[in-house]
Amino acid sequence: MTEALKTPMYGAHIAAGAQMTEFAGWCLPARYQGVMQEHHAVRTAAGMFDVSHMRIVDITGAEAAAFLRRLLANNIDKISAPGKALYSCMLDESAGILDDLIVYWLEKDYYRLVVNAATAAKDLRWMNQQSQHFDEAKLQISERIELSLIALQGPEAEQQLLQKLPNLGAQIRQLKPFAVWRDDQYCIARTGYTGEDGFEIMLSDSAAPAFWQALQDQGVTPCGLGARDTLRLEAGMSLYGQDMDESVTPLQCGLGWTVAWEPQDRDFVGRKVLSAQREQGVDVKVVGLVLDQRNVLRSGYKVFDAQNNRVGVLTSGTFSPTISKPIGMARVNKDVGTQVLVEIRDKKIAARMVKPVFVRQGKIQPGVLEAD
Amino acid sequence: MSEIKKDIHYTENHEWLEQQDDGSWRVGITDHAQAQLGELVFAELPEEGAEVGQGEAVAVVESVKAASDIYAPVSGEVSAINTDLEDSPDLVNTDCYGDGWLFAMTIADDSELEDLLDAEAYAEILDE
Repeated sequence: MTEALKTPMYGAHIAAGAQMTEFAGWCLPARYQGVMQEHHAVRTAAGMFDVSHMRIVDITGAEAAAFLRRLLANNIDKISAPGKALYSCMLDESAGILDDLIVYWLEKDYYRLVVNAATAAKDLRWMNQQSQHFDEAKLQISERIELSLIALQGPEAEQQLLQKLPNLGAQIRQLKPFAVWRDDQYCIARTGYTGEDGFEIMLSDSAAPAFWQALQDQGVTPCGLGARDTLRLEAGMSLYGQDMDESVTPLQCGLGWTVAWEPQDRDFVGRKVLSAQREQGVDVKVVGLVLDQRNVLRSGYKVFDAQNNRVGVLTSGTFSPTISKPIGMARVNKDVGTQVLVEIRDKKIAARMVKPVFVRQGKIQPGVLEAD
Repeated sequence: MSEIKKDIHYTENHEWLEQQDDGSWRVGITDHAQAQLGELVFAELPEEGAEVGQGEAVAVVESVKAASDIYAPVSGEVSAINTDLEDSPDLVNTDCYGDGWLFAMTIADDSELEDLLDAEAYAEILDE
């Protein structure tokens, strides 16, 4: 057993009383005072997450754009100018999802990817393998392990960031959702994984602890992986390794919207298989489930229809702190009706099917709280 | 440091058992257990009147991140359940030895109490 890696904020987490857990080889905070309190802080004020375990990979050179057009199922040409970001899946030849990631276009011939920690080593091997088809003098793939990543999220995130970086007021205020700005100290993107306004800030490992501490002293609530999961699930955002993995294509896990089919001659990895699947049609869909009684939904719970036929499985589940009901994301047969049952231990409990987005911008989505 | 109440019984699975004035025995989880689990959001309790065997999984308590089985410390019959937990499972976090009790039971065989730990022996387990 190798010892879990520590982020530069490790000392701050311990000092703040975090309960630590191991995740993807990293020692990270699971929670500080409590998941509920941290969750509500992000929905109503501002919270921050140390997500320095996520891997930052810079793609540079004259062939960087061409490489990404081949590597990613979404099309970087959807970004009209540098300073914008795009969410994409990275597929293998059989269109299975190797990872989901964000690509930031920083400047001409300079892109930055943020990939999942658990898949980082696999991703890098894959990228290097795919890069063999390109001119190595015109394409560089560099891991930026010396950078930390802090996600500052919530309706008061902007106000908190302005207080911390008063000299960057104009740049921060102008930053639109999915936009990115950087100087030689900070790379700041208006992105996140909570369904709230917020920023993801990349900065050097040496500067990160002081930055984190300053935000904490300003009143930003430090949040752990527990709240990160309840927040992203309420927002209907997929988690790699749970809601998707190499065994499914984007069309089978509700991520079809992230696949760029145009232009038709863009030959991205996995396109052939994915196109065939699109023509044949997909027999599963991703739905949200809500229980109207106290319980907790968990990934792996089986879903049945009213006739007691097994029709699918929960890929993610929790007890929603905002709604105070159990919620989950399920992969079910395409033609199943809206009334289903979830098997929890030895009982089958009625669930309501809803769109798999429960809360956005602090607001509970229509139909989630009670049947229409 | 987690609180360990004196003069009540404990199990290695972090349950406690305490006799009430009416002669029945209440079962709950220890301060250490509630702290490990985090805020509880759901407690699935046994049916009143259910016969339970020592060591049998009879209830489940769940936080957002984890579910934990609760085992009957001794054999007997469930005589009451804490219905306050339906709406406020977090009572287990705020008052685990008091209002956060899970269920009450009668004991079929007093000799089974000898299998349980006293506060000192339970404290030693936590120190390990």
